[in-house]
Amino acid sequence: MTAAGKRIVGITVFAAIVCVVIGLYIGLYLTNVPGSAAATQTSSGTHLYLGTVPAAETTDRHPTWVSYYAVDANSANWQHVTTYVLPANTVVTVTIYNYDGASGLRNPWFGQATGTIGGTITLNGKQTKAIDPDDASHVFSIPQIGLAVPLEGVSDNAKNPCGNAPCSLSYDHTTTTFTFRTPGKGLYRWQCFVPCAAGYIAGFGGPMQTVGYMDGFIKVV
Amino acid sequence: MSEQGGTLNVEGPRHWRNVVVLWLIANVIMVPIVVFVLGPGLPPGNGSVEASGQVTDNIVLLSLATPVALGVLVYLGYVLWAFRERTPEVVVDGPPIRGNSSVQFWWLIVTTTLVLFLAGYGTVRLLADGSGGGQGPNPIARPAVPAGGSRLVVQVVAQQWQFNYRFPGYGGVETNQIELPENTLVQFNVTSLDVIHSFWAYELGVKADANPGVNNVAYVTTKGPLIFHVRCAELCGVWHGYMFNQGRVVPKAQFAAWIAQQRVKFAPATKTLPPYSKTYFPEPLRRGG
Repeated sequence: MTAAGKRIVGITVFAAIVCVVIGLYIGLYLTNVPGSAAATQTSSGTHLYLGTVPAAETTDRHPTWVSYYAVDANSANWQHVTTYVLPANTVVTVTIYNYDGASGLRNPWFGQATGTIGGTITLNGKQTKAIDPDDASHVFSIPQIGLAVPLEGVSDNAKNPCGNAPCSLSYDHTTTTFTFRTPGKGLYRWQCFVPCAAGYIAGFGGPMQTVGYMDGFIKVV
Repeated sequence: MSEQGGTLNVEGPRHWRNVVVLWLIANVIMVPIVVFVLGPGLPPGNGSVEASGQVTDNIVLLSLATPVALGVLVYLGYVLWAFRERTPEVVVDGPPIRGNSSVQFWWLIVTTTLVLFLAGYGTVRLLADGSGGGQGPNPIARPAVPAGGSRLVVQVVAQQWQFNYRFPGYGGVETNQIELPENTLVQFNVTSLDVIHSFWAYELGVKADANPGVNNVAYVTTKGPLIFHVRCAELCGVWHGYMFNQGRVVPKAQFAAWIAQQRVKFAPATKTLPPYSKTYFPEPLRRGG
């Protein structure tokens, strides 16, 4: 083979390798979909169990970040996902176990539950329409459908607080339950409205701006 | 242009006359199309007095820009056609380019006149009613209340990542939806609780920055019933693209019923809100990040 021929072959091989690497990168990026958890279907209806913790698992990429989890309370199985799959046009009962302390709301308006059936929530077994905004630890909100549910924080004097996920029900926590009707099929984002991102400017960086912690999607199917 | 002994002879006056005539013909055709056909469909529509004014402004801008654009296009098209090489086997260099003080003089006169006119026009329009833009805490242009209409103050409270609306004339109730009465001068007091946002109610022709600690006032005079879209127009974080909602302009009786309903619905939240203020400086209470 002549020198020019070798040169052409070399350039062709190099270009092919570059193309394959770029293709792999794009393919992995497109297929890297965050995990999801589906609601539980029982005879009593559709249920979604969530948990909020002051810090993710110690093995997490960000073990100090506050985070939501999908929780199977019975089996104590915690999934670190924030995409939740729900059926369309269905009444869903959501139970959120909150193990985090209160930060207080930037906008006290979010201390009132909106978008739930009856405009109420059940906090630790007692029905209410609102909580003290100063006691809010997190908010579970789907702004596109007007849903916003405040979660009361664990007392500052809690004797058995949970640090990192997963947290069993034996740790101090608050339990908030509410029902809402899911909209039509589609992808809806959800977020927290409490500035709860410790160590970030105004409490709204880090986990508050990262899907997989204090943000996610409701995939209505 | 003709070839004579290896050089080009440009018959200047005839070409200038041809270009001007073609440009005039193009203008006679295109300017009415721009003003009367395309113009009424220009954004943002006729959802409010200010939006209609913006449509008029866009028509003025486009009708002034059309002759300029046509001048460039006609000139380009004409020289491509008139000075094309008719005998490709002979390659002849063109005549040297020289300055033309007359062309430069008129180019400067025409463009300066256009720019100064537009600056004056824009200033007059802004001073008339603010054109739906945020005027800061001390607005200069204060539109008059429409005949038979009324005035309403609505505070737009932006935060990552939702707009809320507070009505100081109705007990300071705050809502996550917005309805406005028709034929009303609405004063938007726009502010933010965290970072910089921008309140953009497209069909109403309103766009006002929402800055923390600043009351940015924008006026809009509603017309008839309408559905309008609100978007954040300032990159504000991970959910900026989702920071939107819909609003409605409704008959006055319907607005009265709606706001009364909102006062009842959000009574628990209203009790916990700070007193109405043009700006807020909220601090997270305990951890605060």
